[in-house]
Amino acid sequence: MDAIGWIILVAKVLIVFAFLMVAVIVTVWAERRTVAFMQQRIGPNRVGPFGILQTLADGLKLFFKEDVVPAGVDRAVYLAAPLVAVIPAFMSFAIVPWGNTFRIGRRVVEMQLADLNVGILFFLAMGSLMVYGVVLAGWSSGSTYPLFGAVRSSAQMISYEIAMGLSVVAVVLAAGTLSTRGIVDAQAGTWFGFVPHWFAISQLPAFVVFLLAGIAESNRPPFDLPEAETELVAGYHLEYSGVRFMMFFLAEYLHVITTSAIATTLFLGGWRGPIPPFARPVWPPLWFLAKVVVLVFVFVWARATLPRVRYDRLMAFGWKVLIPASLVWVMATATLVALGPVVSRATLVAGTGLAAGALALWWLARVTLARRAGIRAARPGEEVARGGR
Amino acid sequence: MTGQEMAFLALGAIAAAGGVAVVTARNVVHGALFLVAVLAAIGALFLLLGAEFVGWVQILIYVGAIVVLLLFGLMLTKAPLGRGALDNQQRGIAAIVATGTFAMLTWLVWHAFGDERITFVRAVRTADIGNALFTSYVLPFEAVSVLLLAALVGAILLAKKD
Repeated sequence: MDAIGWIILVAKVLIVFAFLMVAVIVTVWAERRTVAFMQQRIGPNRVGPFGILQTLADGLKLFFKEDVVPAGVDRAVYLAAPLVAVIPAFMSFAIVPWGNTFRIGRRVVEMQLADLNVGILFFLAMGSLMVYGVVLAGWSSGSTYPLFGAVRSSAQMISYEIAMGLSVVAVVLAAGTLSTRGIVDAQAGTWFGFVPHWFAISQLPAFVVFLLAGIAESNRPPFDLPEAETELVAGYHLEYSGVRFMMFFLAEYLHVITTSAIATTLFLGGWRGPIPPFARPVWPPLWFLAKVVVLVFVFVWARATLPRVRYDRLMAFGWKVLIPASLVWVMATATLVALGPVVSRATLVAGTGLAAGALALWWLARVTLARRAGIRAARPGEEVARGGR
Repeated sequence: MTGQEMAFLALGAIAAAGGVAVVTARNVVHGALFLVAVLAAIGALFLLLGAEFVGWVQILIYVGAIVVLLLFGLMLTKAPLGRGALDNQQRGIAAIVATGTFAMLTWLVWHAFGDERITFVRAVRTADIGNALFTSYVLPFEAVSVLLLAALVGAILLAKKD
């Protein structure tokens, strides 16, 4: 790589870093305002226009607060844990393609930091490293509630990682590549001229599983058991203050943004969208940004709407619903992909329709039978005869 | 000596030093963290040799899942802070087993690749790994999956109370 190549690379790194920092600041503010609106409050509106500088003010305050290290902590691990939480959250964004290529002179610049052949694997690896920040913070604090938070989070994140990985596997099977740029390219084109070839449509179950697992992975409500205030005070970051607390905060919001960006890449066609004939290189990043904003709003919406899930239900949901469902979906996708070259398209569509119909019939029969059983159980005579409950 | 060879040596040194630290660490959680360093260095070695897929899977599975499970287990049972010594008094046997394994592996690697030069290939295609896994190496693959299944059944049997 020559000098200009290095300059372009450093510029891209700086752009991504600045984008992520600004995005976190705006997301925190937007989330507070949105949740306030949904709860018929006003929210932060004092610092700057509409209170948009509130997060900046909070961040500055946290910077100048005293960095308290409690007695009896495991010092090295305690000090390192916030960094361990933040670094993978930044790194995952490296493989996200946020735009197409454009030319400066004879040089083609990709709007992506690193187009790895196994890009999506890199994202999963970074996601799995994210657990360390939480686990180490909880353990090294040497106090009860953080330890509970750490134990909960390690179990939760490992469980939901499997479901997330399986939903990614389905997309990889459908796209036939592990490269994020390749996955975006696989979503080019439209059905009937106006429905985009997004995996959010053809891989809808995987999309739903990915979003649910993404919320659980980033420890966000309604799956924020590792830091549930009513049960664990603040969970794993209870003992942290000042700038180290801010690191955990930053990591959580980075995770939200990165997960949204990856979901955009995998399921919403990444930077693809209608491109008007003027200012061509500008549109892909704008499309990408718009989709990410929509998904971040879904995160905020879920937080404002849904009550926190009980811990055993969270684990049961992950292991007994999400993982089997995504396994079945991976099998179905693999079968369709394998049948692709053998069977004609019409047969494939008919077969899928028949299978879906059979499934719907089975579900309908189950629901009807369950309802009839429920009505029978609700008859007062029988209730008494069985001893009542 | 090329840059890649130097990086190879440095990563090997990190892995070896980390391995020594794993067994000499007094605190069992610190030991687990040194294990992370060893496994990450091995993952980096794979990346250096152009095996991108294997390298990131190494990080994903070993660093991201196995050591986290290890830490999880330690926290659920007993992981004291500070210089708590958890010693199971098996140093003699452990030393014999470790030396034996080391000697066997060294002989094996020496015997198999003793006079080969390491060539740094560009990158291995993921599809080739998949094809190799399900054609030439399908028997070991199936054997490993049966082993994992047996471990799963065993875990359920142990965890089941009644």
